[in-house]
Amino acid sequence: MSDKTTIIVHSGDMDKIYSALIIANGALAMGMEASLFFTFWGLLRLKKGGLEKGPLSRKNMLGFGKFVMEEKMKKVGVVSLEKLLQDCKELGGKILACDMTMEIMGIKKEDMREDLISEYCAVGTYINEARESSITLFI
Amino acid sequence: MTLIRVDCTGETCPVPLVETRKALMKAKENDIVEVVGTHPASKKEIPMAVEALGLELLEIQEKDGVWKIRIQR
Repeated sequence: MSDKTTIIVHSGDMDKIYSALIIANGALAMGMEASLFFTFWGLLRLKKGGLEKGPLSRKNMLGFGKFVMEEKMKKVGVVSLEKLLQDCKELGGKILACDMTMEIMGIKKEDMREDLISEYCAVGTYINEARESSITLFI
Repeated sequence: MTLIRVDCTGETCPVPLVETRKALMKAKENDIVEVVGTHPASKKEIPMAVEALGLELLEIQEKDGVWKIRIQR
């Protein structure tokens, strides 16, 4: 078992994207490898301009809850999702994009943040990453 | 040998851990990385990362809620 964390990012909710990226960056900072497989609603966050668009998973209240949460996060000094993703890349994290989701939702590569994406792939790549991971999560 | 300073004062999870790792990646052998911060959990967790990375922790200090950790690359 290698020292690797693999996370399926299925949710596009803002708070869950935070969880996924914080865990990945923590793993990378502590010397593990990390791969994030973005699929379904999670994949939409990798569209150009999509990163910060996710609602809160609970108490979103048509965006008001998210607004309040963002204000609280700013006060505590939580960094942006953009910084977390840039850090993830800098520390060697792999960002994988599910190509079936792209087909279903009619998303083209040029609609995506190609600067962040390491690879467009399918379940086989995920399994290959996960089978050698000591931590696997579905978020 | 160079001293690399990382200021994470006022930063919260996971920034102190991430910035420490970035500095350690940039550091050359024998360089010292000195991280200063205020996030309480990071004071415990940066040493965990140092151990996991097989590096040497030189010193941990804390005064008035500000901690300083020195790591040998």
